[in-house]
Amino acid sequence: MERFAPLLDGLIFTPARNCKLTLMKEYFRTAPDPDRGWALAALTGELNFREVKASQIRALVMERVDETLFDLSYDFVGDLAETVSLIWPSRHGVNYVPSLSEIVTELHEATRIDAPARIGRWLDALDPTGRWALLKLVTGGLRVGVSARLAKTALAEWSNVPLEEIESVWHGLAPPFADLFRWLEGHVPRPAIEGQPTFTPIMLAQPLEDSYLGKLDPADYRAEWKWDGVRVQLVGRGGQRRLYSRTGDDIGAAFPELIAAMPGNVVLDGELLVMRDGEVASFNDLQQRLNRKLASSKMLAEFPAWVRLYDILEEGAEDLRPLPFDRRRARLETWFASAKPDRMDLSPVIPFRSWDDLKELRAGARERSIEGIMLKRGDSPYVSGRPKGPWFKWKRDALTLDTVLMYAQRGHGKRSSFYSDYTFGVWRDDELVPVGKAYFGFTDEELRRLDRWVREHTVDRFGPVRAVEPQLVLEIAFDSIHKSTRHKSGVAMRFPRVHRIRWDKPAAEADNIANVERLIT
Amino acid sequence: MSIAAPRPETWIRTTAAGLYCEPGDFYIDPRHPVPRAVITHGHGDHARAGNGQVLATPETIAIMQLRYGDGAGAVLQTLSYGEALTINAVVVRLLPAGHVLGSAQIVLDYRGSRVVVSGDYKRRADPTCAPFEPQSADLFITEATFGLPVFRHPPDDQEIDKLLHSLTLLPERCHLVGVYVLGKCQRVLVLLRRAGYEEPVYVHGALLGMTELYERMGVALGPVLPATGAPREALKGRIVLAPPTAPAEPWSRRLPDPLVAQASGWMRVRQRAKAGGIELPLVISDHADWDELTATIEEVKPGELWVTHGAEEALLYQAGKMGFRARALSLVGYEDEE
Repeated sequence: MERFAPLLDGLIFTPARNCKLTLMKEYFRTAPDPDRGWALAALTGELNFREVKASQIRALVMERVDETLFDLSYDFVGDLAETVSLIWPSRHGVNYVPSLSEIVTELHEATRIDAPARIGRWLDALDPTGRWALLKLVTGGLRVGVSARLAKTALAEWSNVPLEEIESVWHGLAPPFADLFRWLEGHVPRPAIEGQPTFTPIMLAQPLEDSYLGKLDPADYRAEWKWDGVRVQLVGRGGQRRLYSRTGDDIGAAFPELIAAMPGNVVLDGELLVMRDGEVASFNDLQQRLNRKLASSKMLAEFPAWVRLYDILEEGAEDLRPLPFDRRRARLETWFASAKPDRMDLSPVIPFRSWDDLKELRAGARERSIEGIMLKRGDSPYVSGRPKGPWFKWKRDALTLDTVLMYAQRGHGKRSSFYSDYTFGVWRDDELVPVGKAYFGFTDEELRRLDRWVREHTVDRFGPVRAVEPQLVLEIAFDSIHKSTRHKSGVAMRFPRVHRIRWDKPAAEADNIANVERLIT
Repeated sequence: MSIAAPRPETWIRTTAAGLYCEPGDFYIDPRHPVPRAVITHGHGDHARAGNGQVLATPETIAIMQLRYGDGAGAVLQTLSYGEALTINAVVVRLLPAGHVLGSAQIVLDYRGSRVVVSGDYKRRADPTCAPFEPQSADLFITEATFGLPVFRHPPDDQEIDKLLHSLTLLPERCHLVGVYVLGKCQRVLVLLRRAGYEEPVYVHGALLGMTELYERMGVALGPVLPATGAPREALKGRIVLAPPTAPAEPWSRRLPDPLVAQASGWMRVRQRAKAGGIELPLVISDHADWDELTATIEEVKPGELWVTHGAEEALLYQAGKMGFRARALSLVGYEDEE
């Protein structure tokens, strides 16, 4: 815990991705085995033991601390784990600080009954940061702002092994990842993963500017709709089945109906959607199913999952990735016709002759489930990562709204003296309702001017946030807008960014909530 | 205390202007100008401008002159630690409080009855000021800024190590440390020197005068340079000390990729540090933590305890459990400033 606790402590306070990476690289460089493997498991969400409940933690502290003093402290601090870590009385003479691996090993063995006593012993020996880290660990969910992808990126940067290689062996390994670290440090060859249902890093497309089209020959490219869901990879290998997100997270447990529908001995690339009566439901519906560990039977019935297939990477023992796209497409169609999997269909190839044809199709596709068009070279092999040239995504034009700046928040790092995060709203009668937040889309010069404007028009302050006079119109661009129960205005935007700053436009002429509701999909 | 000694509440009380000693006819740390004031220490919420006669330690008087010039008071009188001065029938002594340079507890003896006003204080060693001297009292008036058992300040050197470690890990970033102008700034400087950090430390203009005053008073701070006017490139990987509000101000844009740290007892609570946009919280406080507060009460063994500014409720409860008669003294106007 001597190294792991300060790592978590540093990660939670560090907003910048690069600094988070620096902290993790330093940890992987200096922490011993098997501690660093368990830490990696904790950061990537692969540490599983029975979670300790908040009530058990509270009971533990009540054996040692006066209840009135605890309640007053909890009221002030507002977070149970933190209150306990700070108020816990240190015991003189108890100074054996347990290692992370000792803690993990003991917790794996612990029963519901004896886990709290073990935790109490460790809390006695740790300092406040160590106690806080331990409580985060045992109550589940570190929430230190690190995704599994970022932790793997740190491994890649530390070891100079490409991220794709780490991702492709990842699901063939298990904590505490001794073989992974030995490989990354160059002591042994890459761990053997043949026959295991591992993830293959996916192939991504470059964004396409309209002006670039003239340089491309339409005959070289195939077109498909870009569906508004999430990219997934389905892996059936060696009698096992997995569903992976585009970043290689195993999300199968949340989609049991897809796991059940998956045929074996094939690796497929597709778009995860919610489908009702042959109609693609909104992205918002899909979100009900995402970011959940498990799905209830009610969720399964209300938001049925579906995969629209784009590609086939492996069939039986044959690796199809080196084949050109056209040959893979033919193999996908043949395989689909014979396998007839449930809950899946093929994403159609759109016939076109010229770029103008396609432009017209793209403009006409107002179906909410279509984000734009994908262009793929007919001769392109399937290459992990985002190679330049073979695949393009050609998104529909963004939607825009004229909104009024309501609040501005200070940024972090380079932006810590700038009010750079803007909450904007639209009119509902005489009142502004916030509809979103944007923090990019402007130049450095515009940021300086916005910052000055915020300082000169502040009407109230709440910590790092300033409320401003409702006078400045921000034209916001976004990809789509959805109903949301999580936001006060009842709507949520996807990818909002500042499109133009309308220094000229009177705030009264900004859009109202009715204009917003018309754009909801 | 002799049988005849008057009870403390008969000769000392709170008024709109602050704590008032009736037989001596003076106020302690008054909130607005009064004819006669005794000042515990130089922080702006305790030492205000515009009083008539002002009595304080020589250091506190110097600090008030630096801050207020001619506004420091019509008549300034110094009283060194341990010396006695009789004002009417009240014997006044100032004893070190260990809070900042010149900070004092005010000890008042009146007809066999003794009141000790702690002012702001701490108990751990601070190389920039004299250590707190406990004194027995019939009435002890204590601060309670950190009067909750979640506040147990870690050792200073551990926090300074955090800062120095961050500098080695992120050598491209300027480390901007928020510090209070009086006390914290100079203490952090001395702690850095004791940890072996000999590089120049850059400071915001608002800290320069006080830092020079400490040097004049014999507190060696090592090489200190003004941050304003230093070339941007020169500040990479350097420590810059500035008031806690500086990171939010355009002033900080001269700094290369600043990492915002803050040295304060409030940094103990993560949510509070995070909400303030602090990347590197350093728990370094000039106030007594919970253990210091309760140990001091135990040591002073006052006949009665009054608890002022801070988290009174928990400390009153704890004092009651320890067998002391205690009540809250609502003195408004003091800040949580650290």
